[in-house]
Amino acid sequence: MKAPAKYVGRSVPRLEDRPLLMGQGRFAADISFPGQWIMRVVRSPVAYGKIKSVDATAALKLPGVHAVWTATDVAHIPRIGFRLTRIAGLEPYQQPVLAKDTVRYVGEPVAVVFAADQYAAEDAADLVELKIEALRATLLVAEEPGVYEHELTTEAGVVRKGYGDVEAAFRNAHAVVSLELSVGRHSGVPLETRGAVARYDERRDVLEMHGAAKVPHWNRDEIARMLGRETNSVQLYEGHVGGGFGIRGELYPEDILVCAAALKFRKPIKWIEDRREHLIAANHSRQQDHKIRAAIDSAGRILGIEDEFFHDNGAYMRTHAATVPDLAAAMLPGPYVVPAYRATGHIRLTNKTPCGTYRAPGRYESTFVRERLLDAIAAKVDVDVVEIRRRNLIAKSAMPYALGLETLGTHIVYDSGDYALLLDKALAAADWKNLQQQLRRRRQAGEKIGAGIAMFVEKSGLGPFDTVCIEVATDGTVEVITGVASIGQGVETVIAQICADALGVDYANIRVIHGQTDRIEKGMGAFASRVTVMCGEATRLAATKLRDKALRAAAELMQTSADTLDIVNGEIIRAGGPGPSMPLGELARAFPAGLNAEGTFESAHMVYPYGVHVAVVRVDSDTGAVAIERYVIAYDIGKAVNPKLVEGQIIGGLAQGVGGALLEEFLYDENGEPLSVTFADYLMPTAREVPEVSVIVSEDAPSPLNPLGLKGAGEGGANPVGAVIASAIDDALGRPGAVTQLPISPQRLKAIMARLSSSAKAGHDRDVTPASSKASSPDAAPPP
Amino acid sequence: MSEKTDITLTINGCAHAIKVEPRRTLADAIREDCGQTGTHIGCEHGICGACTVIVDGEPVRSCLMFAVQAAGKPIRTVEGLATGDALHAIQQAFMDHHGLQCGFCTPGFLMLAVGVLEREPDISDEELLDVLSSNLCRCTGYQNIIKAVRAAAKEMRGK
Repeated sequence: MKAPAKYVGRSVPRLEDRPLLMGQGRFAADISFPGQWIMRVVRSPVAYGKIKSVDATAALKLPGVHAVWTATDVAHIPRIGFRLTRIAGLEPYQQPVLAKDTVRYVGEPVAVVFAADQYAAEDAADLVELKIEALRATLLVAEEPGVYEHELTTEAGVVRKGYGDVEAAFRNAHAVVSLELSVGRHSGVPLETRGAVARYDERRDVLEMHGAAKVPHWNRDEIARMLGRETNSVQLYEGHVGGGFGIRGELYPEDILVCAAALKFRKPIKWIEDRREHLIAANHSRQQDHKIRAAIDSAGRILGIEDEFFHDNGAYMRTHAATVPDLAAAMLPGPYVVPAYRATGHIRLTNKTPCGTYRAPGRYESTFVRERLLDAIAAKVDVDVVEIRRRNLIAKSAMPYALGLETLGTHIVYDSGDYALLLDKALAAADWKNLQQQLRRRRQAGEKIGAGIAMFVEKSGLGPFDTVCIEVATDGTVEVITGVASIGQGVETVIAQICADALGVDYANIRVIHGQTDRIEKGMGAFASRVTVMCGEATRLAATKLRDKALRAAAELMQTSADTLDIVNGEIIRAGGPGPSMPLGELARAFPAGLNAEGTFESAHMVYPYGVHVAVVRVDSDTGAVAIERYVIAYDIGKAVNPKLVEGQIIGGLAQGVGGALLEEFLYDENGEPLSVTFADYLMPTAREVPEVSVIVSEDAPSPLNPLGLKGAGEGGANPVGAVIASAIDDALGRPGAVTQLPISPQRLKAIMARLSSSAKAGHDRDVTPASSKASSPDAAPPP
Repeated sequence: MSEKTDITLTINGCAHAIKVEPRRTLADAIREDCGQTGTHIGCEHGICGACTVIVDGEPVRSCLMFAVQAAGKPIRTVEGLATGDALHAIQQAFMDHHGLQCGFCTPGFLMLAVGVLEREPDISDEELLDVLSSNLCRCTGYQNIIKAVRAAAKEMRGK
């Protein structure tokens, strides 16, 4: 028999918090080894050019400088491979560990200095003389592809997805709505910059890398391959990780360099990135230009969608390969019935920082595009933005819903959902009807204020597997060993909660081990909102096995049958009555090989949470600033293991979404010189910019693909923020389709307002004049 | 540049006699020379506030101060907040309100809040929001940090 859940579903305090609050965290920079050398990277100051010479003579003369490496010192090291979404033809665009003949973005590693301390290393790096002949940089993706190298063009590949008869849909359309939209370049920018400390332990013949994150096992295997070592002679250790968001923990050139140097010099090698480096060298994301059109019937129902987009991946193809454009194309249809669909995504290379995933990768972009399209359809057929969504939503009765597309090696099948119900909940929470009246009155009084809505489907719980080993120690503490990773999201607490309920112990007595390649043979890591789903179910399976094993053994010792026993609070007791009992730790002594069990959860399909965001924004006509007055999020994740942590994920995601919608952008000048290189240029939201938010964590649609009904919660806070803020600004300006580009910076918004007022002055009726050149298709304009 | 000066940094009441270059930042000295790694470095240009410590009763960004400037002055860091195992009210409030996720910005927020609340225990919610907007957090979206600091303010006033 099984007690009801004591921990799952409750907002218990986090197990992670105490050391972090006490200043006892162990982040990458906090790890040091005696005799370590500091590595400093010399980066290209030129966006695109030919390297003529690299002269380290002066640098090497500086006291405390041990060595300088250039490309010739690492010529034997291959390029970093692809972790996900390999498509044919991308390999030649992989980044070398150090640039050899050509530099392709400002910030590209050209040389590295090794010195006794950070100050000496930085002094020396400044003295390394680079002679680079600058070439004309490619910065725009809209142009025809140019030459990358030899016969390679700057179009590295094309992602194509689709189903249904798109031509027929457009042939039979009542009307066609077309938009041109773009999303700005921004990224995760965790508060802890990247860092890695490598050392070679000669006694064990093991290369160690500390400061690992996100995907330690994959990185371990790849480092071993690149450096020509046996997999087991390379071990990665994850300490505390100061935020992940997709970009952190991917394998970068600097990781390889510290490892190679530790092997070569037999010294611990430490590298800690500074903020300027981070902003020009760690993965960027999001930059896409879309041309989308929809065929609709007279009621505004979608008959077909065609999208062609240009994905600016920067200078190289890094570990994610085609992941971001692939996800953008695969997830674009969202929660709506789209009978015919075709997406063509051009992966283009430019002379900017290379790109990877960032929280809700591809979906932040394609949700913006799709939801802009829905708003434009609403305007076209003259219904409101809520009604147009209702008319197009996938019905609950259609679940599970096979989209007919694939991504990340899986068929997309929405496993469960009641999209219309969640829409109702969000509207009720926002008091939508009264809100509309209030906003109308305020607009009549001269305020530029409006409300927007956006809906989306997320994905989570990517397989193919996760394995967990659980062992009870003789003092009764429980160790859960997993191959996932913690990036600050609360893994230890959530996994302990699941284990505690399944096994019958106090969650605070459970130690969750993650990110240590020498503790478990395989692991998938932390990405794609996969940890709670995959590791959570593997934990439940392992804990259930362990419980059965413990009860069988205890029954023998206590001379009773196992079904009369229960485990409560770490104590084996007689179920439902008094009698002899035995602590689990004591039972563990009867197992010479350990009281343990292993569980593996395999899953061929992802699970699909879904959400609705509602925003109310006020536009300042003078400054172009946007203030978010109200924000409502409804997100259905099937089952919340720890509702407070889920809310934390959602609100944290929202803050990042707001950054991408209004503030954050990596800008470049015409020569490819990055302009956003400090936190004074790259503006992230502060406590002033993130609104108070009402969060509804809904559990109407548990996933049928795992017994707890879990779906991942990590990305729904960020996904539709650009879309909903654009929609609200349109409403505030009284002009559907006004916003076509993110971020909506004050300058851009002032330009939009200036265009609107000049077109009004020119005598055009506001309802037939396109709002901006980007949305200049007459089809996008609302009917008179 | 590399001429070193003898100074004493007094961190959480404990004197550290160290030798530093004049250009060495207080943040680096606290972490590297005094071994107190609870103070984190997030940007090294005074924007993110992760390195906030209290010098002479004032919250300062230790990446913008030279170690020699702090010589002889009382310095408080996150390691000095708790009394033995008992958490300071601000630490407890951050735990209760889920005011941290990855925890990297947390020491800076704790020291910023303590510095301000000790000086202005009756600070208004609006002013507090202004103060808290001087540090960056990338995980929480700030709502729970604001709640935690408000709760701690109440608790600290009650004492």
